[in-house]
Amino acid sequence: MLKDITLGQYFPVDSVIHKLDPRFKIIDTLIFIVMLFSGNYIWNLLAGTIFVILVQGLSKIPFRMSVKSIQPIFPVLVFTAILNLAFIDTGETLWSWKFLKITEGGLQTSIFMICRIILLITGSSLLTYTTSPILLTDAIESLLSPLKKIKFPVHEMAMMMSIALRFIPTLIEETDKIMAAQKARGAMLDNGKLLDRVKAMIPILIPLFVSAFRRAEELATAMECRCYQGGEGRTRLRQLQATGKDYCSLTICLLFLIIVILLNCIYN
Amino acid sequence: MAILKTEDLTYIYSAGTPFEKTAVDHVNLEIESNQMIGVIGHTGSGKSTLMQHFNGLLQPTSGKIYLEQRDIWADKSRLREVRFQVGLVFQYPEYQLFEETVYKDIAFGVRNMGLNETEIRERVLETAQMLGIEKDLLERSPFALSGGQKRRTAIAGVMAMRPKILVLDEPCAGLDPKGRNIMLRQIRDYQKKTGSTVLLVSHSMEDVAEFTEKLLVMSHAKLFCYEDTKLVFRKSEELKELGLRIPQIASVMQALRKNGYDLPEDLYTVEQAKQAVLYLLQNSRNDQINRREDGSSC
Repeated sequence: MLKDITLGQYFPVDSVIHKLDPRFKIIDTLIFIVMLFSGNYIWNLLAGTIFVILVQGLSKIPFRMSVKSIQPIFPVLVFTAILNLAFIDTGETLWSWKFLKITEGGLQTSIFMICRIILLITGSSLLTYTTSPILLTDAIESLLSPLKKIKFPVHEMAMMMSIALRFIPTLIEETDKIMAAQKARGAMLDNGKLLDRVKAMIPILIPLFVSAFRRAEELATAMECRCYQGGEGRTRLRQLQATGKDYCSLTICLLFLIIVILLNCIYN
Repeated sequence: MAILKTEDLTYIYSAGTPFEKTAVDHVNLEIESNQMIGVIGHTGSGKSTLMQHFNGLLQPTSGKIYLEQRDIWADKSRLREVRFQVGLVFQYPEYQLFEETVYKDIAFGVRNMGLNETEIRERVLETAQMLGIEKDLLERSPFALSGGQKRRTAIAGVMAMRPKILVLDEPCAGLDPKGRNIMLRQIRDYQKKTGSTVLLVSHSMEDVAEFTEKLLVMSHAKLFCYEDTKLVFRKSEELKELGLRIPQIASVMQALRKNGYDLPEDLYTVEQAKQAVLYLLQNSRNDQINRREDGSSC
């Protein structure tokens, strides 16, 4: 049952977007977000929509995957819309009932907000759909490497991230096993009062923690056996290499940003 | 009368996805009470998956399981009762220990059954004694024990529920040879004393040869056979094809017989083989003496 949860939403297909350098993909995503928020006008949303559709098409990610990525934030969307509708009090009044009233300004802002959040989520989901978690951490390490100058432990951070990602499936499997074992001893996991349910978690959490610590210790020993001593002088199996395509993607993103800013300036 | 019965039991992992895999394929079984049964099969043959059906941890994709003539999935609210009647000890059960003391951990299952304190105490002490867990260990933390003691504690936790059927998935994995033997003997004594049925999943042909009466052989998700241990070990060629083998001592005995030694069939434990070989040697020595005596009298 736990196995059904998708963690690290990487969707492996062969596409141009998948092959891009992850560092550039992160920067591209950041530019995309800046573009979305660079102004409060229709142009931002229009350009954002075109951008998402374009990347979606190139990445060969099925449309339903993107729909799936919006599902969990649906309550947030509804909540934002209601707040904006209720509290923004500009423009003509469209509808009112007692102290509640919906204004033109409120309606416009809430529609803008919803579109913007949807674009934000679908756009940045495309990054995680097309990049494996390990590549993503590599890219983050590489992008943050200037921080080494101020003694920020970039390599260690990235190593911790990749270890954490590596162990998620292992721990899920472990949890499944422990749950089955405790159920075999008559543990009731999914019924009873709230307090009973919390109590029922103890037989699962304690063995899980014990095994996580044991695994951590074993991993540390294994790493030391292979003479791991931090990032100093360490080389990589996968070298991140920027190609023409990567610079191309960056240029396209920058163009989008500039055009949107220009349009905003000209037409408003 | 069969205590546990399966009818066309089939289980498919990730049904309806590209990762679909049939783990148990139309298995029909009837397991009688008061027996030691060995479960063997190559890795990935579906042994463990089949075992998890016996106490309702997995729901069959199709087919039925009857515990004492009652379909266990007919009434889901009674599944918990099924789990008390069919105890399942997983591989490396020591990783499920969680209580503060050994006593409390063994008592966890029994307490879930809703017994009163006196009964719980009685059962815990009796089970601990059966498995050779000393009394002064009962108040210690299970995490402070040695590997073998932890394993015993975890097994005791299931045994204390006095299930009618006890399934042990490789209870001896990772134990030293002496520890294995003691553990298996304790399990057999438990079986004799309670008159329950014990299913012993194992990769050691020697262990199942010595300790079980019947063998359940799984191969590629199918039930290959379910027969008396000695009948199974007569099929040495077929077992080899399944990635299994007969006990080493049985191979030696077979080879000897092929070379003209007058040994009986169905020798598959060291003890039986020793008796037979000694008997044979004794006879041949007697023959020699007789012959010599015959010669001298001429």
